[in-house]
Amino acid sequence: MPKIALSVNSQPVSHDVEGRLLLVDFIREVLGLTGTHVGCDTSQCGACVVHVNGQPVKSCTLLAVQADGADVTTIEGVSPDQGLNPLQQAFHEKHGLQCGFCTPGMVMTAMALIEDNPDPSDADIRHGLEGNICRCTGYQNIVEAVRTGAKVMRG
Amino acid sequence: MQDFEYQKPKTVTEAGDAFNAQSDGSFLAGGQTLIPVLKQGLAMPSGLIDLAGIEDLQGITATESTLTVGAMTTHARVAASPEVQKAIPALAGLAGGIGDPQVRNRGTLGGSLANNDPSADYPAAVLALSAVVVTDKRRIPADGFFTGMFETALDEGELITDVEFPVAERAAYAKFPNPASRYAVAGVFVARVDGAVRVAVTGAGPGVFRAAEMEAALDKDFQADALEGIAVSEADLIADIHASAGYRAHLIGVMAGRAVDAANANVGAA
Ligand SMILES: Cc1cc2nc3c(=O)[nH]c(=O)nc-3n(C[C@H](O)[C@H](O)[C@H](O)COP(=O)(O)OP(=O)(O)OC[C@H]3O[C@@H](n4cnc5c(N)ncnc54)[C@H](O)[C@@H]3O)c2cc1C
Ligand code: FES
Ligand code: FES
Repeated sequence: MPKIALSVNSQPVSHDVEGRLLLVDFIREVLGLTGTHVGCDTSQCGACVVHVNGQPVKSCTLLAVQADGADVTTIEGVSPDQGLNPLQQAFHEKHGLQCGFCTPGMVMTAMALIEDNPDPSDADIRHGLEGNICRCTGYQNIVEAVRTGAKVMRG
Repeated sequence: MQDFEYQKPKTVTEAGDAFNAQSDGSFLAGGQTLIPVLKQGLAMPSGLIDLAGIEDLQGITATESTLTVGAMTTHARVAASPEVQKAIPALAGLAGGIGDPQVRNRGTLGGSLANNDPSADYPAAVLALSAVVVTDKRRIPADGFFTGMFETALDEGELITDVEFPVAERAAYAKFPNPASRYAVAGVFVARVDGAVRVAVTGAGPGVFRAAEMEAALDKDFQADALEGIAVSEADLIADIHASAGYRAHLIGVMAGRAVDAANANVGAA
């Protein structure tokens, strides 16, 4: 069995894994970090988005062995111990969620988007969230939440 | 998913050796097509040879006449590359319109070409620009590379290392994306290289193809108006839940016109 060593939310982790183990299953089942969700398991919905070396990826479409040596950040890694980060706070205030199932993936994708483009237009936000599907909200409030979160983060 | 042996070689030679040592090996690039295929049990390789550790397959270099892109270069990297934006802006635009950000962060040029999905974007660019697909064994001109639906000229275990794109005088890509997946319902790449016009169509047929009548018309007059009156036959086009063959035939004309306009405006439309 291959042995992998990586950093997850700035903590070093090493483990023996089967080649076929998906990164999302490593995160949820092995590490017990259940904030990362599985919505479709067919690479469509983005509920499973985490950052690998700073880039958002669908962790259901990546093998854990492919993340060997990488820096992985999950939704737990961007959430403060108490309360919410500014983007999460904006999702809360702008009603950017209903059931909340898609929200971890939305937040992880939007965090990377804002990092690349601190002042995104609505069109930039919609283009950037094309890989994230929400069954509840109709997206309007998600776009507003990202716009608001970006503004707070710009200061 | 059935388990497999996982290997991560550092050189092209090691990758070939690792492939040959497997009874049923498979190269792994970005995994954005292969991992879903493995999950569905449509392939059960004995071993996966991950190409991500091979430095030689990465990167972008440009000369005055040729843009060379390594097989493992991701769509996101091509889209953001100043070299690509300068040499062939239409190619950067095409890469930036593939799928979604997460797919672009993993998916690669080599994986897209080896897979040759009939709705994929890159095959249109490779065919219209008359690019050369370079492998560990030989150089394959675009006209001989795409041999059918999910079929290419690659031999068993043959590895794409780079693609050489001639720098075009004019080029643009226009696609009508499937609103869910962003794959092309119809996509047209138009290019003028060394005075000759080539038009490649993806998404609409069982594989990427050239539109000869459009090429002849644009050779005489490189304007969208020149395409007027050219009817695309729907006989060989795909009909599925996304679009009928007739609608796809119509879209090819519309996308071709948009691509010519964009090429003349010197921008790469996605
Ligand atoms: C949600 C979603 C949306 C998408 N939308 C689009 C879209 O709009 N347009 C589009 O064009 N594509 C789209 N794709 C496909 C995407 O571009 C894939 O990344 C691409 O088709 C395959 O590239 P990969 O690097 O992921 O290859 P992999 O999945 O790793 O490999 C694919 C195949 O190619 C072989 N292979 C890989 N590299 C090489 C090589 N160097 N030499 C020889 N064989 C090799 C593998 O063995 C495998 O058989 C989408 C995918 C998803 C999941
Ligand atoms: S669970 Fe990964 S994309 Fe839906
Ligand atoms: S809030 Fe329910 S899926 Fe988005």
